[in-house]
Amino acid sequence: MENNNKTLYTITVFSENRVGLLNQITIILNRRQLNIETLSVSPSALKGIHKFTITTYSDHETIEKVVKQIDKRIDILKAYYNTDDELVYQEIALYKIATKHILEKGSIESLIRDHDITVLEITDNAVVFQKTGLYDETQKLFEDLSKTVGVLQFIRSGRVAITRSKVERLSDMLAEREKSIARRKNNQTVKDTTLTD
Amino acid sequence: MTGSYAVLESLKAEGVDTIFGYPGGAIIPIYDALYDYSEIFNHILVRHEQAAAHAAEGYARVSGKPGVVFVTSGPGATNTITGIADAMMDSTPIIVISAQVASPFLGTDAFQETDLLGLTQPITKWSYQIRKAEDIPDAIARAFYIACNGRPGPVVLDITKDALLNTLDYQYKKCDSIRSYIPDPEPEEEDIEQAACIINSAQKPLAVIGQGVLLAHAEEEVKSLLEKAQIPVASTLLGLSALPSDYPLYKGMVGMHGNLGPNFKTNECDVLIAIGMRFSDRVTGNLKTYAKQAKVIHFDIDPSEIGKNVVPTLGVLGNVKETIPLVTEKVKKASHDEWIASFAPLEKREYEHVYVKEVEPSQGPLHMGEVVRHVSDLAGRDAVLVTDVGQNQMMGSRYFRFGKTRSNITSGGLGTMGYGIPAALGAKIGAPERRVCLFLGDGGLQMTLEEFGTIMQDSIGVKIILLNNNKLGMVRQWQELFNHQRYSFTDMANPDFCKIAEAYGIRTARVERREDLDKTIQDMFSDDKAFLLVAECEQMGMVYPMTPAGANVTDVMLEK
Repeated sequence: MENNNKTLYTITVFSENRVGLLNQITIILNRRQLNIETLSVSPSALKGIHKFTITTYSDHETIEKVVKQIDKRIDILKAYYNTDDELVYQEIALYKIATKHILEKGSIESLIRDHDITVLEITDNAVVFQKTGLYDETQKLFEDLSKTVGVLQFIRSGRVAITRSKVERLSDMLAEREKSIARRKNNQTVKDTTLTD
Repeated sequence: MTGSYAVLESLKAEGVDTIFGYPGGAIIPIYDALYDYSEIFNHILVRHEQAAAHAAEGYARVSGKPGVVFVTSGPGATNTITGIADAMMDSTPIIVISAQVASPFLGTDAFQETDLLGLTQPITKWSYQIRKAEDIPDAIARAFYIACNGRPGPVVLDITKDALLNTLDYQYKKCDSIRSYIPDPEPEEEDIEQAACIINSAQKPLAVIGQGVLLAHAEEEVKSLLEKAQIPVASTLLGLSALPSDYPLYKGMVGMHGNLGPNFKTNECDVLIAIGMRFSDRVTGNLKTYAKQAKVIHFDIDPSEIGKNVVPTLGVLGNVKETIPLVTEKVKKASHDEWIASFAPLEKREYEHVYVKEVEPSQGPLHMGEVVRHVSDLAGRDAVLVTDVGQNQMMGSRYFRFGKTRSNITSGGLGTMGYGIPAALGAKIGAPERRVCLFLGDGGLQMTLEEFGTIMQDSIGVKIILLNNNKLGMVRQWQELFNHQRYSFTDMANPDFCKIAEAYGIRTARVERREDLDKTIQDMFSDDKAFLLVAECEQMGMVYPMTPAGANVTDVMLEK
C-alpha cells in the first residue's frame, strides 16, 4: 500500500513481558513522527515473550533507523520490519446491525456468501457479523453494509502477520544468542587469565 | 534485612564508594540505613538534585566508574531529569536511585508522587520500578550491568517506599548477561578484512575519534593503528584527551569551532575512519557535502549509530577495543608524509588569523583563550578540564592542553548550562589526586551556584575559573553574526562573584590585567583547596573559527 510516497511497513517486535514496553516503542515512533496505523500485542509462541505487530506508513530510510532504535532498547529481544509482499497477514472486523433492518432487506444469503461472513450473534435487536480479511476487504463490507442496512457499531483489529520467507525462528535466535553470550564469556575468561599471567 | 539495607549492600557489592544525593520524605528509609554505612560510602550532600546527577556524570567520566545518585520521589526525582538526559546524550554511566511513594498509593496523585518511569523512558538506557523488597538485589545488579556495558548510559531505578521498608532474604549475584541485550556485538571477520583493505588502499586517510575510544579504554589500540599506517587523526569534542594534545599525528578537533586542518581535510581525504563517534550535526555541518569524496569506515558499538547520520561505505560493528586491533593486524605499514604535511598551511592560517589574537594578544582586555592557555600551562599535564557550555566550553576545548586520558569533562550532546560546577566537584571526587580546572561563564555559574555549598561542606578542591564577560556570550555571538546585532536578553547584571565565594569560604581573586594573570593563577594552584578565579574578559569576544550551523565544514569564518 502506498500513501504520499510512503510505504506501509509492518514492524514486528519481540520483547520481554515487562511493564512499559509499548511506551518505549511509541516514544521512538513519535520522535520520528510515525503514526501507528494498526497495533496488536499478544503473548508469542514462547512463554514470557510478547509480540507486537505495528503497521505504519514510512519511507525506507526512516523505518530502518526507527527499527534499529527499537531493537536497541534493553528489554526488546528483536525488532524487524517488512513490506506487505513479504507477509501473510490478516485483520478481523466485527459489525453490529439492527435485526429489523436485515429482516426488512429480506434475504442476506448473497451478502454472507459474497463476503464470507460469519454470524457471531443474533438477538431481537441486533446481529453481529464477523469478517476476517485484508483491510480493503473488511472496509468494502463496511461500506456495503452502511449503504444497504446501516451499521450500528464497527470495530477492526490490528494486523496480525507472519513472514512469508522464513519460519519464525525466535527460539533459534535465542539459542544462538545464549551460545554467543557463553562464547563471549569464555573469551573474556581467557583474556582475564592472560592478564593475570 | 530491609529493602533499604539491601540497596546499600547491593551498592557495596558493586564496589560503589561515592553517592551524590539529597534526602526527602520517601527516601528517608535509605538515608536511615546510610547512617550505618558512613565508613563505606562517601555521601555527598548536594544543594539541588540536578547537581547530584551532573556530579555523578563528572565522577563517572573521570574515573570510568558509574556515578550513583540518591533522590527522593516527586520533585527530587524530576530535578534529576536534565542530568539524566545529559548522561544519555553523552553515554555516561550513572545510576539514579529514586524513592517512590508506597505501592498502594501509586497512581493516586499521592504527595510527592510523579511518574518517573514515564518521564525518563525516552532519556534512559533502562528504567525500572521496584515494588517488592525481594526484587531489589537483582534489579540493582541489572542496573549496573546495563549502565556500564556496551554503550554506557543512565539507568533509573524507582523504588517504592514499602519495598524499602519490607524485609527480604538478601542474596547478591552480579549480572553478567541479559538475553535481550547484546552489549558488545561480535566483530564480523568480513568487515575487518574489508576495513583493512580500504585503509591499505588509502592515499589520504583521516581518522576521527570520539568518546567511544575513551569509553572502551582503547587509546593504545587506536594509537597502534594510527602509527602503523601513519594516519593523521582528529578528535570530536567528546573524544578530546583520548590522545595527548602533542601526539605527533594529532591534528586537532573537528566541528563547528574545531580546527581548520581536520575540518578542511574531511572534505579532501580519500578514506575517513570514524572511531567511536556519532557524526553529530555539530561535527558534520551540511551532511549533503560532508566527506562525499571519501570512503567512510564507521567503527561503533551501537548498531543504531551506523548509518544514522552518515551512511558509511563500511560499518564495523563492535567494541573498538576489539575491532581496531583486528584491523591493525591486517593493515600494512604505510607513510603519508605529503598528506600529513599538507595540514601545515591550514594550521599556519589558523595560527595567524585566530590563535595569535586569542591566545597571545598584547593589548586590550583579557581574552578567554589566553586565560585558558595560561591556566593549562601552569596546571600541568595531569590536569582535568571541566567546562560549562558556551564560549567558555569552546575556548576550554580549543586551548587546554591534554596530557592524560579521561581529562575532558563537558556536556557535549545536550549542551547543558549549569553542568560545570557540579560536574567539576564530581570529577574532583573521582580523581582527588588530580587538578580539576573548571572554566565557565557568568551565565552557567549562576545556574548551579548553589553548589558552592557542597564544595564548602566537603572541602572539594576544584579550581573554578570564571571567564566573565557579563554576557551570555555564545548567544550574543550568534546575535552579532546572524541576527543583525539585535542583542536580545544576553546582557547580565552580575553580582560581585568574589564576595559570593568569600561567603562560602572559598578562596578567590579577580584578575583584569594581563600582567597579573600568571601570578594569580600560581596563587590559585598554591594549595589543593577550592578557588574561584574571576577573569574579567573582553565583552564582545568571539569564538573563531566558526562553521555556521548547517554550513559545509569548509565554510569557515575566521574573523569578523
